[in-house]
Amino acid sequence: MSSGLLEYAWLIPVVPFIAFLIIVFCGHRLRNASAYVAIGGMAGAFLLAFPCFLVMARGAQPISHNFHWITLGNARIDLGYQVDSLTAVMLMVVTFIGSLIFIYSSGYMEGDPGYHRFFAYLSLFACAMLLLVLANNFVMLYAGWEGVGLCSYLLIGFWFEKPSAMRAAKKAFLVTRTGDCGLALGIFLLYSKTGSVSFEPIFSAAREHPHEIVFTIAALLIFFGAVGKSAQFPLHVWLPDAMEGPTPVSALIHAATMVAAGVYLVARSYALFEAGGEHSIALQVVAWIGVITAFMAATIAVAQNDIKRVLAYSTISQLGFMMLGLGVGGYTAGVFHLMTHAFFKALLFLGSGSVIHGFHHEQDMMKMGGLKKVMPYTFATYFIGYLALAGVPPFAGFWSKDEILHHAMMHNFPIFLLGAAAAFLTAFYMTRQMCLVFAGQQRDTHIHAHESPAVMTVPLMVLALFSALIGLVGATGHSFHHFVHFGEEAPAPFSVPVALVSLFVAGAGIGLGWSLYGKKPLARPEDDPLLRLGKLYTFLENKWYFDEVYDKIVIQPLLWITRTLSRFDQKVIDGAVNLVGILTIIFSRLHQLFDLYIVDGMVNLVGIVTRKIGVTGRYLQTGLVQGYLLVVYLGVVVLVVWQLYAAK
Amino acid sequence: MQSSTFSQWLLTLIIFLPLFGAIAILFLPKDKANPVKWLATIVSFVVLVLCVALFTGFDSTATGMQFDVSAPWIPSIGVSYHLGVDGLSMPLIALTGLLTFISVLYSWIINERPKEYFAFFLLLETGMMGTFCALDFFLFYTFWEISLVPMYFLIGIWGGPRREYAAIKFFLYTLVGSVAMLLAILALYFNYTDPVTGKHTFDILTLIAAQHAKPLLGLAATLSFWAFYLAFAIKVPAFPFHTWLPDAHVEAPTAGSVILAGVLLKMGTYGLVRFNLALFPLQSAEFAWVIALVGIIAIIYGSMVAMAQSDLKKLVAYSSVGHMGFVMLGIAAAAAPIVPDSQATREILINAKVTALNGATLQMVNHGLITGALFLLVGVLYERTHHRNIDGFGGLWKRVPVYGAMLVYISLASLGLPGLSGFVGEFLALLGSFAIFKLGTALSVIGIVVTAAYFLWMLQRILLGPLNERYKDLLDMNAVEKWCLAPLMLLIFILGIYPAPVLDPVNTAMNHLVRDVMGLF
Repeated sequence: MSSGLLEYAWLIPVVPFIAFLIIVFCGHRLRNASAYVAIGGMAGAFLLAFPCFLVMARGAQPISHNFHWITLGNARIDLGYQVDSLTAVMLMVVTFIGSLIFIYSSGYMEGDPGYHRFFAYLSLFACAMLLLVLANNFVMLYAGWEGVGLCSYLLIGFWFEKPSAMRAAKKAFLVTRTGDCGLALGIFLLYSKTGSVSFEPIFSAAREHPHEIVFTIAALLIFFGAVGKSAQFPLHVWLPDAMEGPTPVSALIHAATMVAAGVYLVARSYALFEAGGEHSIALQVVAWIGVITAFMAATIAVAQNDIKRVLAYSTISQLGFMMLGLGVGGYTAGVFHLMTHAFFKALLFLGSGSVIHGFHHEQDMMKMGGLKKVMPYTFATYFIGYLALAGVPPFAGFWSKDEILHHAMMHNFPIFLLGAAAAFLTAFYMTRQMCLVFAGQQRDTHIHAHESPAVMTVPLMVLALFSALIGLVGATGHSFHHFVHFGEEAPAPFSVPVALVSLFVAGAGIGLGWSLYGKKPLARPEDDPLLRLGKLYTFLENKWYFDEVYDKIVIQPLLWITRTLSRFDQKVIDGAVNLVGILTIIFSRLHQLFDLYIVDGMVNLVGIVTRKIGVTGRYLQTGLVQGYLLVVYLGVVVLVVWQLYAAK
Repeated sequence: MQSSTFSQWLLTLIIFLPLFGAIAILFLPKDKANPVKWLATIVSFVVLVLCVALFTGFDSTATGMQFDVSAPWIPSIGVSYHLGVDGLSMPLIALTGLLTFISVLYSWIINERPKEYFAFFLLLETGMMGTFCALDFFLFYTFWEISLVPMYFLIGIWGGPRREYAAIKFFLYTLVGSVAMLLAILALYFNYTDPVTGKHTFDILTLIAAQHAKPLLGLAATLSFWAFYLAFAIKVPAFPFHTWLPDAHVEAPTAGSVILAGVLLKMGTYGLVRFNLALFPLQSAEFAWVIALVGIIAIIYGSMVAMAQSDLKKLVAYSSVGHMGFVMLGIAAAAAPIVPDSQATREILINAKVTALNGATLQMVNHGLITGALFLLVGVLYERTHHRNIDGFGGLWKRVPVYGAMLVYISLASLGLPGLSGFVGEFLALLGSFAIFKLGTALSVIGIVVTAAYFLWMLQRILLGPLNERYKDLLDMNAVEKWCLAPLMLLIFILGIYPAPVLDPVNTAMNHLVRDVMGLF
């Protein structure tokens, strides 16, 4: 295997795109075969990506290729793709987990009237996501970024007859687009500073001028984009609602890949974040936002009863952990957690999908219970995912989370404390979920639960295997750290005290959960011990009232402004135009009156005067000789009298 | 390359072929509609083919005018028949050819007085083509006014219930601007005297060169600048002169709306670049902030007002106000003065100006394609349901999947999704503008979010949710409608991925323009 394989990396997003085109144009004829086309496209991408990964893992040099896109002024704008270790990891995560989820979907979506539409969207998503991770410049990254956002919109709203689904889809698109504007502004700023949109020239400029405030501002703007996409506080509100989409979508897009794109973006632009040093403002912001998100989402997850919503808030919380890791200088740790989380969270979501599928599309955990017996495969695999997320060694989540906490402790103690608290809550709410779903007796006995078919359980088993073992690549021999690192390679941090702390935290969470829900499984929903928290529970159950606050301070004012401006436009601006029109008409009427009485009046006056003169003058010309003689006589008299006076 | 006879006659053919078509239509029998429709379709198709020839024959690396012809017309007052195209006008001419052909094709559904309808339509094409080709002010003004008349009748005769009000408003509003422009043209005319012959001239290129060498000064220059601005701002339409647009669109027949939004609005922005920037570089720099402010207001205000509309056509009309705001912002960025601290920064800033202007021009073309397609889709829906109230639909996607997919596609293009052409123009305009107007550009991204919001909200209310029972028998797109939209959708995709075929000639022209103007400072 030579590094020449990397030259074909650009084909990786092309294959799913071809699958997309085939399904779009022939989907109505293919019907159920469209699933095979989509799976073929995704597996094809995996077969192309896997050798790339192996080549990179053996220490091949990163490659980057450009082609001429457009010319702006005298500057060429080149776009292109690159493969380095970070990209290689992302390619593997996306194509491998993607393939499994595509296979799973072919069973989960069986019988849906929009079957081929579903696989068209999934293929398009794969293409956009792969474009995003392969890009070597901000323009293509942004294109992939918006592309995955579009697919997320289409897939959340897949069952668009359902009003809640279409609202959730719109919300997801708009909230993430708000973040995207930050990313766009960051790109604009970098272009105005460096005249380029490619990573390499921009990052080397940042390295050369580490104290330029511009790069910090750009980093923060880019981070705002990541906050939207990765559902970080305060733009996290879209992700829980996104669970309206089919469950494989939640697994692929809203857990394993797309939401991790924000983390990838920060990792990719780490040169900008790190420009001001290890404690730069940008990194501090990333760390704090990350830990706040991790903690807040974990508290909310505790008080949710919808099986998917718990996982959704858990995802937000874990994404917060990844950001936290990047923010406290644990570049490798953050990326490592991204990878492990992708496996175990995809597993958990697909497992929850299996539960929902076998439980006749009911998602309320309060109606479940005792499913261990009916769904043995689902239970076993879910249990591994649970251990991985809760942070039990040697399962995947333990290693990556432990590393993040280690970095946090060395870096910033308050952040470490908050992070440890979040880890405790994680172990607790996952134990609560396990017990509510699988332990005890089924609470709503009207539903006849059943295990899912093999096409769904086999991907679960594969993912379970990886969730169990993948963490070891970061634990033994530090091979992951050797592979993915920023700047100089650093040894994997591992210290026994920190490991003990995180072990204790996880153990405490599991213990509390077990004592409340496991020892004596819940018989009735009203017995939930959390209800004793009273107001605090209501606060958490209502997700810290974020939606209500946004409705009050953003949505309603915006709608009011739009309505007001619309009235302003109609009444004032258009009113002014019409007023001018009316005034012109009035003026022309006045003008007409003026014309009639003044101008025309003058003309008539002249006429009248002339006529009067004429009429008067007529008497001078009567044609009677006597009259003329009389005038002559009178004239003579006047002359004589005048002469007499003059002579005096 | 301009030596061949074909090259010399190409622009003349493009301009006057529709006129001859219109005259020929008048001689056709009144009672039969089909010969009229066929003739109009064939003529507009031939013009489209000629436009393709123009596009492919155009040398995108050469600065200056191509395919130019010049002949004396009224030599005693310095009027000549001078035509030519550069990278600014060529894409707009191609756009006009395409949109006119599609509009004529779509207009086969017109059965009321078809003879006059199609004659006016072809006459309109002559006016638009002439406006973009003319390099003599007398000629330009003539074509500018010619394009006004057929549109007045198209709205006034084949329009909706309030057609007369809308038509008169459109006509008078534009005329006010035109008259101001005429005065400014005369000011330029009398300011220049040929040193050899001692004569005045209406030749645009000569006047531009003269303005750079020995410009009009003081109040006269400022007034002339604003007079041109007024004429073009009304046409764009820029805030606050935009209120004729929603009325005209709502009342215009579908094909009229396509041309109005697709081409007529571009005559305004074309004029701003061609005349305001090139003729008045000093005043443009001085008042660039005004144009930028107008652009930013248009982006935010236009999208916010669009959001509050319940009439689908009004929504699209206000979206045009917002989208043309990006063009205005790009033009303003290109006009604005810069204070570079080094030679390298100066080069970056000049490239940014060119980028902004490239984006503005590309946005003109893309807006033509996208909004043209949107108005067609609105028309398709109106033909079937006879109303345009957004809240009166619901769940149509289930019933009309092809229509739904097309409406989603075009809406996404309009809200600037990467991969579709709307994005490239908007992105480049903002990319360039940001280097010049940091805060203003940052503010205008509010408009981007609101644009996404109202388009998605519109899609939600029309296509998504449970099917409105009134439309359970709604028919999907027929073949003609699909074929009208297919070329637009294809171009939107191609230009979204690879805009270079259009952008290369634009960049050459804009690079030349900006550096030419920057040389004066």
